[in-house]
Amino acid sequence: MIQRQQETLKDVIIKFAGDSGDGMQLTGQQFTNNTALLGIDIATFPDFPAEIRAPQGTIAGVSGFQLHFSSDQVFTPGDYCDVLVAMNAAALKTHLPTLKKGGKIIVDIDGFDSKNLRLANYPNEISPLTNGSLEGYQVIQIAITKLTRTCLQEIVELSVKERDRAKNMFTLGFIYWMYGRTLDSTIAFLKERFAKKPLILDSNIKVLQAGYNYGDTTETFTTQYHVEKAHLPKGMYRNVTGNQALAYGIIAASVQSGLPVFLGSYPITPASDILHELSKHKNFSVHTFQAEDEIAAISSAIGASYGGYLGMTTTSGPGVALKSEAIGLAVMLEIPLIIFDIQRGGPSTGLPTKTEQSDLLQAYYGRNGECPLPVVAAATPADCFAMVFEAIRIAIQHMTPVMFLSDGYIANGAAPWKFPNSKDLPKITVNFKKELDEGETKLMPYKRNEQLVRPWAVPGVKGLEHRIGGLEKQNITGNVSYDGENHQKMVKIRQAKVDNIAHLLPDQKMDAGEDSGDILVLGWGSTYGVIQSVVLALRAQNMHISHVHLRYIRPFPKNLGVILKNFKKVIVPEINNGQLIKIIRDQYLIDAKGYNKIMGIPISKSELFAFIEDEHRTLF
Amino acid sequence: MVETLNPPQSSVLTAKDFSSDQEIRWCPGCGDYSILAQVQKVLPTLGIPKEQVVVISGIGCSSRFPYYMDTYGMHSIHGRATAIASGLKATRPELSIWIVSGDGDSLSIGGNHTIHLLRRNFDVNFLIFNNQIYGLTKGQYSPTSEVNKITKSTPMGSIDHPFNPLALAMGADASFVARSMDRDPKHLQAMLTRAHKHKGTSFLEIYQNCNIFNDGAFEIFTEKNTKANETLFLEHGKPLLFGATNNKGIRLDGLKPVVIDLDKGSTWSVSDCCVHDEQDLSKAQILVRMFDSPTHEDHLPRPFGVFYDVLRPCYEDMLKQQIEQAIKDKGVGDLNKLLSGREVWQID
Ligand code: SF4
Repeated sequence: MIQRQQETLKDVIIKFAGDSGDGMQLTGQQFTNNTALLGIDIATFPDFPAEIRAPQGTIAGVSGFQLHFSSDQVFTPGDYCDVLVAMNAAALKTHLPTLKKGGKIIVDIDGFDSKNLRLANYPNEISPLTNGSLEGYQVIQIAITKLTRTCLQEIVELSVKERDRAKNMFTLGFIYWMYGRTLDSTIAFLKERFAKKPLILDSNIKVLQAGYNYGDTTETFTTQYHVEKAHLPKGMYRNVTGNQALAYGIIAASVQSGLPVFLGSYPITPASDILHELSKHKNFSVHTFQAEDEIAAISSAIGASYGGYLGMTTTSGPGVALKSEAIGLAVMLEIPLIIFDIQRGGPSTGLPTKTEQSDLLQAYYGRNGECPLPVVAAATPADCFAMVFEAIRIAIQHMTPVMFLSDGYIANGAAPWKFPNSKDLPKITVNFKKELDEGETKLMPYKRNEQLVRPWAVPGVKGLEHRIGGLEKQNITGNVSYDGENHQKMVKIRQAKVDNIAHLLPDQKMDAGEDSGDILVLGWGSTYGVIQSVVLALRAQNMHISHVHLRYIRPFPKNLGVILKNFKKVIVPEINNGQLIKIIRDQYLIDAKGYNKIMGIPISKSELFAFIEDEHRTLF
Repeated sequence: MVETLNPPQSSVLTAKDFSSDQEIRWCPGCGDYSILAQVQKVLPTLGIPKEQVVVISGIGCSSRFPYYMDTYGMHSIHGRATAIASGLKATRPELSIWIVSGDGDSLSIGGNHTIHLLRRNFDVNFLIFNNQIYGLTKGQYSPTSEVNKITKSTPMGSIDHPFNPLALAMGADASFVARSMDRDPKHLQAMLTRAHKHKGTSFLEIYQNCNIFNDGAFEIFTEKNTKANETLFLEHGKPLLFGATNNKGIRLDGLKPVVIDLDKGSTWSVSDCCVHDEQDLSKAQILVRMFDSPTHEDHLPRPFGVFYDVLRPCYEDMLKQQIEQAIKDKGVGDLNKLLSGREVWQID
């Protein structure tokens, strides 16, 4: 038995990178799960090409998965890696710039043959592994492909291709060894995934163990690393991605409202996983409908809402554009509907697999006519659950379509989630109209309550027969009306109905710092982690800086205006060309300052830190 | 689930019960009036409680229809009535849903949803008022207008080839395909009844005269002096006969329909005629293709009636079955189990 040094680390950022056919996403997810189950805090950033199988071995085909894990609280997947796993030359070339100086590189040397070097554009096919260019890094070279093949040579039924496909398990096994883990969680996963393919199952487990044993028996590896449990708030945790948490939020709201879900959806990156997840839960009476296009997806959801179901549609920016007219109809009909926009880089097809806070203005304004609707946004993967629940509550209780914004980063990113118990979730009350009001001989579909909310009268109830539609209608009776004064009144009513929701929303709380000071960093959506960690770091340097993160974007919480005016400077970092900032300037007339990054990747801690420090200097 | 407060009960309803208090705003003389009257006459005979009836329309002259019906109704957006009806039927299969649409609404802007509605076979009635023109936008050619049509948008004549709506429906595997016309109330009532009785999407094309922008488009099929020779009324199990005294028939020459003369002294007799079979896919494919322009010499008569009527599983039934199956297999969903998943850890 070789004696190994055991070293305890606080914080590790590891990136798995390889060809998009190399299974790096799965490897990353498995290691993430294994890590989270130990109570270590995590944040992940999967980054993959739009093509399912981009040309093998090329830079365009590189798929990466970054995991930040720590015994401290983690807010972001991190800027620079400590460890880079590169399954081929292109992966090394792509991700070397994000590796810390002195960091570890684990490579599959079989991915550095002359063909791979050529495809990765290394001049004269000279390997970076041999020309000294990696001096200053700790390079661990393993013949992963060869070792995988050797390990499986006795399973003659497998083709070479099938054998090679298992090489990510070798990598994973080795990393498990390096961080002193057990293989149990992955073996359990493999058993479920390949239950019907015993040969593939055996080979994957065999290779996984081989990778682990390789670390254990090779004398050159002298150290195993450990990261301890994080000090998170007490409770039961699980690992969750944004899209998963979103789907769970939908089901929870369905259970708590007693309304079955109808999801009309057309597949689109990065929203499709919500459709996949929901379609697994038909035993919650979830009706999923894969429509022929984005328009049919939302239209069918409108039909379901009209029938008294919880109608909703999931999509991304291009899909929202197609749905705009139908969203306008839902605003006119004043029926509950939730539009989930999992944003991605735009315009047009843009960057389908890259993240961007691309659609706030589209969500806010992107329809014909005066067409207000509530907009909410999730800040983190786990936050999706709570905000979905809120979106659905607002839609039902205010009879309105609601736009929910997430993005690719939140959707695919994983984080520990202190999941609730159903008995702690509020009930959502639903009031279907059941009979005519006293003195009425027919239903007044646009008669409103104090909140300006009209009744939800669904087909099937005797005596409440009525017609609704997209034409302007007379207030109260709902009859078609082209009268100018009535139109002005209805436009104002629809606006007031949405504005009034603010009175029932919780006050905006400070996400960090006091409610007045020198600098307020105002964010929304997936920039939460980076803003939080930068603000905390600057506060540690005694800067008078605070963080506010908006979950309710339309209407804004009532106290937001007061908070904004209590700071000398308001900085709005966004992964777009400045969208929230336009609305803030418009509504509060303050000279907010934007920090905008539009590169399909999150804002890094170091760049935001530097930017705010510069801005801070200008104050004095 | 949404509760039905009043369980279906048969009460004696009349056409009047189905007409709303709204003033009808179609042009005087528009074919839509007749269609509305026939629908209002037929509905009380079907034994459906009024509150179970929902009329959903898109945009266009015909799509004002729901406002005139005292039932549940939605006047939606252009081309999407089919998709909205799909979502409603998927969730509320007990409702009797009538989609009212026009040639522009369902074959142009909503063409995609039309074919997908048909292939999914939701149990709804799909009425397409075909007037071969855009009426509401004041007279542009439509996807069913004949080639060379001079309209506001085609001063030199339209150059696009028109749709054959029934052939399109057959192509989308519709389970019920029929044609009627505004000017034949009895026939239209019969077709509406058949559409209702069919389980699955009932595609009913109704020739409708737009007397403002396309007057007389179907004159040759509707007017007394030409109707007998230009139309062929289909009846299940009966030979294909037409003409003033049923003195002409349709014979299949291989796969080709040809007109045969049954007058005295002719070599043909009724037994040579093709016999209509609503369940025969091949025959229906031939019949829907009897679509040549009446201006052509040697043209065939235009068939009216039920071309095709077969049973095929409906989407909403299969969806409910899957949900029931899931509940049977996994039990009614347990929220706490879902939220915790399988792998959890405790922080204390
Ligand atoms: S324009 Fe034509 S279709 Fe429209 S209402 Fe007038 S006559 Fe009828």
